[in-house]
Amino acid sequence: MSPSAPVISFRSVYYAYPEAEEYALEDITFQIPASGTEIILGGSGSGKSTILKLVLGLLKPESGSIQIDGIEITDMKELDLMAIRSKIGMVFQEGALFDSLTVAENVGFRLREHGKLTEEEFEDKVRALLGFVELDEFYDRMPSELSGGQQRRVAVARAMAHRPELILYDEATTGLDPITARTVCDLIVKLRDLEGVTTVLVTHQLRDAFQVAQGFVFIQNGEIAYNHIDDLDSLVGTEFIVLNEGRSVFRGRQNELWKTSNDYVRKFLS
Amino acid sequence: MEAIISGASVRLKRMILGIQEFTLLSFRAFRNLFSPPRYWKDTFDMMDIIGVGSVTIVCLTGLFTGMVLTVQSSATLDAFGARPYVGRMVSLSMIRELGPVLTSLMVAGRVGSGMAAELGSMVVTQQIDAMRSLGTDPIRKLVTPRMVSGLVMVPVLTILSDAVGMLGGYLVARFTLRLATEFYWHSAVDAIRIQDISMGLIKPFVFGYIIVAVGCYVGLGTRGGTQGVGVSTTRSVVMASVLILAADYILNLLILHFVY
Repeated sequence: MSPSAPVISFRSVYYAYPEAEEYALEDITFQIPASGTEIILGGSGSGKSTILKLVLGLLKPESGSIQIDGIEITDMKELDLMAIRSKIGMVFQEGALFDSLTVAENVGFRLREHGKLTEEEFEDKVRALLGFVELDEFYDRMPSELSGGQQRRVAVARAMAHRPELILYDEATTGLDPITARTVCDLIVKLRDLEGVTTVLVTHQLRDAFQVAQGFVFIQNGEIAYNHIDDLDSLVGTEFIVLNEGRSVFRGRQNELWKTSNDYVRKFLS
Repeated sequence: MEAIISGASVRLKRMILGIQEFTLLSFRAFRNLFSPPRYWKDTFDMMDIIGVGSVTIVCLTGLFTGMVLTVQSSATLDAFGARPYVGRMVSLSMIRELGPVLTSLMVAGRVGSGMAAELGSMVVTQQIDAMRSLGTDPIRKLVTPRMVSGLVMVPVLTILSDAVGMLGGYLVARFTLRLATEFYWHSAVDAIRIQDISMGLIKPFVFGYIIVAVGCYVGLGTRGGTQGVGVSTTRSVVMASVLILAADYILNLLILHFVY
């Protein structure tokens, strides 16, 4: 892996779902540097989630090039993609927890599958992960016994279990009440700022997007403290992409987003 | 006219693509047996679900089939004064034909539909994508254990069904037809040849594969939310049942030609 290579690089990527007449994504080009935050905005069906599936190699593009850490994954075989996926965590819409497994088994799924931990080591590790998302007491519960917000937090714990360099959030706050959504956003910020994880957030919720963009976490007197940046001109680590019907209609920082003359973006922001 | 040809062409393409995907899924599921990781715990769990979980329904099917066979065949045999041969009729019919087919149809209804529904739900709730994103091959983790379990447990269930069917036949023969115990069992056991046992074991092995492969293929191909799960469940039972009956005919021809 080259240290200067972007974590994700899309070059002129096109994708169409089977039997669909139109492209779900058209000519998508962007790069995300290490430890950066990319927020992908757009309405339903604009192709936001498709981008994340392409990053993971769950879908193959029709044309164009996708690189993860400088490695071309466009035509990579499923078996080889497993190594790439070990660098990536993903939080799916609604959490996508395995409903026949307990919370602990969900969080430790990758540890069980790819590690050789003893039962004690497994429990310690999973409890630490659940502690990070403040759900330690739900260790033995089934996913169906958790609220929507709790399920998303367990999904975050599962995504970070193997300490990935990159975490993808697919509508992680959709369908949650504002307070619970804020808890999930704080968790995303905490993970990014304390663990140095590159973050890609797909959402159509502007409030949550700006909270992740402007929020930051620091350690004060041994305690985790949350704050946010008001001066948008100083917000350099985060970039926004706005999609409309599979096309990128804006890419830039948050201050540029407010100044853009693109009709769709202005309508979206209003 | 062009629209009809175009529609037929699209359907034909879909069908060929479906056969290709079905074959590929089966091939990958079998290939996974020869390389680690192997999910033995999941395999034994599935054997429990397919095998132990189906014992009651398979025993009841076998019992009543054997009883009906005895009643029906005795009426015919009586016309020739051949009532003592009723055991032979029951044992050969059960082992060669009814045991494998009826057991497989019952397991297809109970287990194949369950597999399609379970995997279909996992697809529509993105659990399959989540599994792939966590570096686990869903075919290795979900399909291979089911395939092995089906191949092992459907023949075992068939043997059980054959035995219970013969027992059911005996109960009717003894207590309704007043046939002596030794007559029934002598006739039933003496008639069985190694070719009959081969036929009775080859068939459920193939049917077991059909049940699981169809259940997994249809389940993993589920589209369209909870409604899609319902459609997949029904589709898996219909597809598996028709394929079992078609395969039964072909197997009969092949086995009668090559084994007997």
